[in-house]
Amino acid sequence: MENTKSLYEGRLVRLGPIDHEKDPPVLAGWTNDPFWRFILPGVYHPLSAEGARKFLEKVEKEMEESKNLFHFTLRAKDNDRLVGLSKIHWIDFHNGTGVLNLGIGNESDRRQGYASDAMELLLRFAFNDLNLHRLSVWPSEDNFPFIQEVEKAGFEEEARRREAAFHDGKYWDVICMGLLKAKWEKKL
Amino acid sequence: MSNDLFEGELVRLTSEDPQVLAEAFARWNQNTEYIRLLDSDPAHLWSAKKIKEWKEKDLDAAFPNILEFGIRTLTDGKLIGFIGFDGLNWTDRDTYVAIGIGEPDFWSKGYGTDAMRVMLRYGFTELNLHRISLTVFEVNPRGIRSYEKCGFKHEGCIREFLLRDGKRSDMLLMGVLRSEWEQLQQE
Repeated sequence: MENTKSLYEGRLVRLGPIDHEKDPPVLAGWTNDPFWRFILPGVYHPLSAEGARKFLEKVEKEMEESKNLFHFTLRAKDNDRLVGLSKIHWIDFHNGTGVLNLGIGNESDRRQGYASDAMELLLRFAFNDLNLHRLSVWPSEDNFPFIQEVEKAGFEEEARRREAAFHDGKYWDVICMGLLKAKWEKKL
Repeated sequence: MSNDLFEGELVRLTSEDPQVLAEAFARWNQNTEYIRLLDSDPAHLWSAKKIKEWKEKDLDAAFPNILEFGIRTLTDGKLIGFIGFDGLNWTDRDTYVAIGIGEPDFWSKGYGTDAMRVMLRYGFTELNLHRISLTVFEVNPRGIRSYEKCGFKHEGCIREFLLRDGKRSDMLLMGVLRSEWEQLQQE
């Protein structure tokens, strides 16, 4: 059987490792946009370059120790520029489940196809290489761009954790969305 | 219900020496039905020593997001289970709650429901939470019934989450809002 598809190369983006020298100041810049609190749990304030460096080191340490986290930087293929972060985490290998998250850093890089391209790579990696049976995403109900993106990829609403997130002065529902491997395979 | 924050009709929530709780966990975990309803992780026979280490680590956290109690009967102080908040999120004011009645003689007699009611009161009146969440496997009707009685509402499920004996089953999500809980207290 032919297997020529690269695990990490899409049409527009490449999944890559963290560059601990170059990535921290870029990430620090992104966190000035409050949108990033949807992506980085627990980061409610802009990070300094030093804070971003510590954050990324923590991510890699967690990846090494927990063995149930796969974190990828998203890089534009044309110039290798860091455009976003993604991860498959909370992986339960024995039941075959995991949670996906993805964010595009700069406003100007959103709606350019990077996220859809990365999603395709991440789903293929999760189902065809990690051997997962299902994936979850847990967006806050007001995170429209992400909800649209994952719906396009086939995720469906499974549950609604009512008023489980607080930001911008009010409580919001957290939508639990899931994609089963069988459905993903049909879409290919 | 008693004015004592930690006392219900049948049980008391207690602070336990990690050694005592760890020995109880190591014993309870050997019951297949118990461990399979409690956790999605594969059943495994961890030593009391290892469980104690984990519990001590949780206790040492400077800003706790785990709060765990023993459940003891009011009549003779027997340790029959545990209940705990796990993943306390102080900005969302949300937490997951986990409960296990490790002594099978005390199943289906209202002890778990009573402990959960005490825990909800503690969460809403003392910790000022906005909601309390839990997950329960669809293969655990006894648990589901108990949580419904305490005021938890069904919020959906994670499809085909669990793989046991070659069969897939769902994990249900349930939650109770502070406003719903307050309403229940008035009825």
